[in-house]
Amino acid sequence: MKIEPAAVEDASRELYIRALKMLPPDIKEGFATLTARETDATAQRVLGTMVTNIAVAEARDNLLCQDTGIPIYNVEIGRGVEVDGVALKAAIRKGCERATREHPLRSSVVHPLSRRNEHTSCGAEVPVIHVDFVDEDQTLRLVMIPKGSGSENNSFLRMAIPAEGVDAIKTFVVDCVLAAGGKTCPPTIVGVGIGGTSDLCVALAKRAATRALGTRCADAEGAALEGALTRAVNGLGVGPQGLGGDATAFAVHVELAATHITMNPVAVNMQCHSARRASATFTPAGVRYGY
Amino acid sequence: MAHHELAMPIDEATARSLRVGDTVTLQRTLYGIRDATQIHLFDRGRTTRFDMAGHAVIHTAPNVRRVAPDAANPAGYAPLCVGTTTSDRMERFTRPLMERHGVRAIVGKGGLREASSAAFRDLGGVYLAIVGGTAALETTWIEAIEDVDLDDLNPESLWKFRIRDFGPLLVGMDSVGGSLYETVRDAAAAKRAGVLASLGVKAP
Repeated sequence: MKIEPAAVEDASRELYIRALKMLPPDIKEGFATLTARETDATAQRVLGTMVTNIAVAEARDNLLCQDTGIPIYNVEIGRGVEVDGVALKAAIRKGCERATREHPLRSSVVHPLSRRNEHTSCGAEVPVIHVDFVDEDQTLRLVMIPKGSGSENNSFLRMAIPAEGVDAIKTFVVDCVLAAGGKTCPPTIVGVGIGGTSDLCVALAKRAATRALGTRCADAEGAALEGALTRAVNGLGVGPQGLGGDATAFAVHVELAATHITMNPVAVNMQCHSARRASATFTPAGVRYGY
Repeated sequence: MAHHELAMPIDEATARSLRVGDTVTLQRTLYGIRDATQIHLFDRGRTTRFDMAGHAVIHTAPNVRRVAPDAANPAGYAPLCVGTTTSDRMERFTRPLMERHGVRAIVGKGGLREASSAAFRDLGGVYLAIVGGTAALETTWIEAIEDVDLDDLNPESLWKFRIRDFGPLLVGMDSVGGSLYETVRDAAAAKRAGVLASLGVKAP
């Protein structure tokens, strides 16, 4: 299967706008689950407003949140796919820029020193593009994530040591959720990266935070930790928007990698309740949009 | 736990009458302000032609469309999606906003900290919590962008919105030291040891 850059550009444009407007079904189900067990009256009202907002955005074809985020595109390339990688990256960037100009969207991206905004949602190394390879025949998938700053500003890395054990990981996650309070727009998906190098650990945390609700860590010990940490952070009482209540997190997700005998790194990255995500899957049958 | 309809601007006594847990709906006018706006106003000596005395400001940077100025869009901008950003980053600007510009209310999400509480107490002001991440709904409370200043900072310009039934907002911090955020933060911190024990953490 040959992938044309023009098709990638169109899909990249479409994905940014779709992601900003339509929340994935797993997140909507997450709201239903949290609402059903919320015991705090203020938290119930806050969750109700969030659910109303999802309906208003759909009815008015509007953005869910004003924060268009830092655009992230994850590219998964299957087997038997012929694509010019350099052209693919250029096409994603062009699509992202077109979405910003043509919709129009607020460009939330600036130069880190001059703070200059080019009003394209693009800049050095942005959009963030991750390319990976998957064992699927004749398939190329683009997953677009607009990562909002309220949650992203609460990102944490700790290079713990082996003598501190798993306790250091658990304590760090709980303390990060406490430190974040209402700043991350809870209820959040708390992404936890464990192991690897420092940069891989942080990347794993982001992967965990942007995974669909209902998915589990592939590692059995990691999956068990997800359940325990989800129950734990929802016992803190931070609640939606940090205004108190049970619903602090939809879930805690864990992704892990092997690490060095002397290392015990842990990273936390959070995704806000507007946990936006959109996908486009290219197959010989054409392009299919989803989440 | 009273509800207040506030036609902006308001006076000091009205701001001081609001209590944590009350709800508020704003009418008429709301100013939009953000990180860069306040960095330029308070760190770089910029000034504004807007009179914000007695008014509320919201921590925002909206999605807008440039249009030809007319009666509906006098500033040449149509509002597309107007939402609220995390307030905490702008903590140090609360006092100068109140002292130099006479602002009486800050609308935001996630809360502010002790220096803002002190400014609210000393000068008579409140923090009004909006539900963050619900911008589609919030946009339905904006009638028009009436005016804009410091627009070289776009989207972090100083925006003047004409609003209608903007709320309900929850009074999260008041002028007598009340802060819902501090209450929740203290309660959550008190639960930390128990939560860590439930995870089997030894000697946290």
